[in-house]
Amino acid sequence: MGVTSWYAWASTLLQVAAVAVGGPLLMGLMAKVKARSEGRVGAPVVQPLRDLRKLLGKERLHARHSSVVLALAPMVILASTAMAVAISPLVSTRPLLSTSGDILVIVYLLLTGSAAAALGGLDVATAFGGMGASRAMTIGALAEPALLVAVIAMSIQSRTSNLGGIVSATLAHPDWVLGPSRLLALGALVIVVIAETGRIPVDNPATHLELTMIHEAMVLEYAGPELAVTSLGEAMRLGLLFSLVANLIVPWGIATRPTALALVAGVVFLGLKAAAVALGVALIEVRSAKLRLFRLPELLAGGFVLSVLAVVTGLVAR
Amino acid sequence: MTVYLVALGLCAGGGLAGALAPRRHRVWVASLLGVLGCVAALVAAARTLLTGARATYHTAQILPLSGLSLSLDPLGAWFVATSAVVGLATCVYLVGYARHGMASRTALAMFMLFLLTLLAVPVASSVMSFMFFWELMALSSLALILSEQSRHGDARSAAVWYGVMTHVGAASILLGLLIIAAGGGQDFSQLSAQSTMLSPTAKGFAFFLVLLGFASKAGAVPLHVWLPKAHPAAPSPVSALMSSAMVALGVYGIVRVGVDLLHGGSVWWWVVVVLLGVASALYGALHATTSTDVKRLLAYSTIDVLGLVLIGVGAAGALRAVGLTSVAQVAMMASLLLVLAHAGFKGSLFLVAGAVERATATRDLDLLGGLVHAMPVTTLVAALGAASIMAVPTLGGFSSEWLLLEGLLHGLSAASTPTVIVMLLGVVAFALTGGLTAVAFVKFFGIGFLGRARSSGALDATEVPPSMRVAMIMLSALSVVIGLAPGVLVTTLGRAAATGLAIPDVAALGHSTGLVLAHLHGAVAPFELLGGLTVVMIVLAVGARALGSRRARRVDAWACGRDLQTPRMQYTATSFAEPLQRVFADVLRPQADIEVTHAGESRYYEQALLYQSRVADVVESRGYRPVISAALRLGRVARRLHNGNVDRYLALGFVALLVVLVVA
Repeated sequence: MGVTSWYAWASTLLQVAAVAVGGPLLMGLMAKVKARSEGRVGAPVVQPLRDLRKLLGKERLHARHSSVVLALAPMVILASTAMAVAISPLVSTRPLLSTSGDILVIVYLLLTGSAAAALGGLDVATAFGGMGASRAMTIGALAEPALLVAVIAMSIQSRTSNLGGIVSATLAHPDWVLGPSRLLALGALVIVVIAETGRIPVDNPATHLELTMIHEAMVLEYAGPELAVTSLGEAMRLGLLFSLVANLIVPWGIATRPTALALVAGVVFLGLKAAAVALGVALIEVRSAKLRLFRLPELLAGGFVLSVLAVVTGLVAR
Repeated sequence: MTVYLVALGLCAGGGLAGALAPRRHRVWVASLLGVLGCVAALVAAARTLLTGARATYHTAQILPLSGLSLSLDPLGAWFVATSAVVGLATCVYLVGYARHGMASRTALAMFMLFLLTLLAVPVASSVMSFMFFWELMALSSLALILSEQSRHGDARSAAVWYGVMTHVGAASILLGLLIIAAGGGQDFSQLSAQSTMLSPTAKGFAFFLVLLGFASKAGAVPLHVWLPKAHPAAPSPVSALMSSAMVALGVYGIVRVGVDLLHGGSVWWWVVVVLLGVASALYGALHATTSTDVKRLLAYSTIDVLGLVLIGVGAAGALRAVGLTSVAQVAMMASLLLVLAHAGFKGSLFLVAGAVERATATRDLDLLGGLVHAMPVTTLVAALGAASIMAVPTLGGFSSEWLLLEGLLHGLSAASTPTVIVMLLGVVAFALTGGLTAVAFVKFFGIGFLGRARSSGALDATEVPPSMRVAMIMLSALSVVIGLAPGVLVTTLGRAAATGLAIPDVAALGHSTGLVLAHLHGAVAPFELLGGLTVVMIVLAVGARALGSRRARRVDAWACGRDLQTPRMQYTATSFAEPLQRVFADVLRPQADIEVTHAGESRYYEQALLYQSRVADVVESRGYRPVISAALRLGRVARRLHNGNVDRYLALGFVALLVVLVVA
């Protein structure tokens, strides 16, 4: 172990820390970009972090008919997301347990988080909780397959379903990046990431309007520290998805050799790439209106078809 | 082999005890013998799996003309072990359940007989022995479906569907086996030697006949129609056995005949198997999301999981046929592991359904809710089962699905176009069912167990007796163990898959507890993943303590400031699945009726509003119903022929004779 062991530990800790801090910052950045492009000043970029600190100091409140699930759900959301962050190739290609950093592990860890959030929504026994859970699960059921297949499309050339393996293989073959299969997969990933992180045109994170709420309806009854944990989990999920997409498409900058300098560079590049993705998504948000709930399946089906086409193209081009 | 024969004997003894023992002791004596029988069967199966040695037994005393031939090999032993584990748990469960149902002599005797046949089918090694146990399995389960007729009004219709379909299937299997046995002899080893002499057409014909029967037993769409009727109508322990052990024997049959007797055949056979699997997985998952009856939901989910198993088996067969044996073995291992994991989580979920029905007197999710407060153990088992079937990492469903995806992904590199196409279809179906299953089981758990009770039955529920709880925990533990330490099973699993496919055992290398596929550059270590998850949770819990957050204060739910909140305002299972039902309306064809009663003369004031919606099985209503009604119409026409007039009968006989003479 020796050298590689400290490197794996350092990569993991840096990744988790970077996404835990960076996720809320990305949210702040997106809000800022949206505000500026609408001619407003907007809240500072660090506002989401301040909100988290404020919430952590508040009293815990539980809805009267809820059970232990309400208290467990935020922890499961955060733990599953943090675990997915820990084993994904974000700062370096070889964090701890990176051999388990498989496509299916990551996708199903994210699914676990979504399911926990939905169960938390159902546990409070209100109409809103059920509504949010039902809608979020419907969108998830259509988005997760597209995510899985889009990443599978990238695994075809590298012949491994390990994400670190895919990233390393792409580094070794830069010509893959602009291949037709990758571009189709990128299209699918953009749609999936918007759906999974609940941004416009799929969901509006700023709304509390009954007809349009999806994610907010699920977490309506959370308060204080539990709301903070849930929000942090959601922010980390956003950070993970943005960074993962960035690293799968443009892997350069990720640490591949066990030196401290490479790790620092990895963090910096990760931040830049994720910020670029956030900027892109924010611009999409500014330029589009929220879709009606029953128009969403068409968008998501489009994403799924793109991802399947990416796999087919990858197979044909091989 | 002796141990295995003792197991069969104990089950038979259990049946006799159930039929003959005095009322007070009937149940526990039968269950005890059943438990012992299952333990013995497990020991025998484990020995075969660990050593890889094949044991045979023949006696001329039991079946007339042919005698009984049994042979226990690693593939059969895997299925024996699956049946035995579920059998063990259901026998324990029966002790508590008997106060609710299944305490009659017939039910107990038939239950033990059913258990015996489930242990015997994977071991039978001649056409006669196999068909004997296969038919006995169908008949005993048919009797069991009818045993709760008083409680389920639709049990009779379910039994008719099941009886007809299983017997058509059995006839088809028999016909297929007869074609293979045309050269004489009826022992499977003889058949295997002879089948090399058959023409490819004859082999293909035989395979598809056999496939028809086995796929119907495995609940493959479009031959699944009996399954969502029979599982809900049967008493819960029987549903558990049917869903997790009997249905899997259909898969066993496909492998046994396709590979062992017919030596793998052509790629096209297995392409058809994968296509059946794809159709089943998608159709089952979709219907599971919209079902509101707990057991119907579980039955459709069985179709879904068995679809995935068939995808794995088909992929394994196709890859074997094109020479990628090491990947074929991975796909086969995935199927076998999924069968065992399914026995764990689906078995436990059917037992949960029985517990819920016993406690609340309903199985309708729309009337349940809030069981987490009254039935903590049942709720925990339900949560683990639902999480496992959703393939939450570190649980049983995940390990097996991971193996399946590895097999399919690396199968994509095969050099045969049809193989690659079905692999791709397999991947797509796999991805889509993953999302749909999550909706179905979040609904199952969230609506059924969380929130507030939606009926008085659910409000007054109490926890079930200890024996039922122990049985549920046993099966749940099985799926947890498979999930956490699949590496422990890898050697035996690899051996069973290799013997099943008749290929060299190369693929699997156990890595302490996780799975490592070195030749495919894939690995997963669930134990370590769980470790990581636990660390994060502990950090969070400690962090929360350190921040000084005290016990949570109970307040009314806020719900955007709504004052009045009744249980009826919660989402129900129907409303939860409504968006998806709307998305897939073209496939599901939901029907809705609205009936409005107006108050007096006014057209504007409504007195009462009746809304009904249901999702019927499209394959049944569009595929089977027209055939049935055509047959009935034909029957009505034919009835006109016999009007009691002797002259007409004589004339008909004469005409028939003429036809025969002319044709001959």
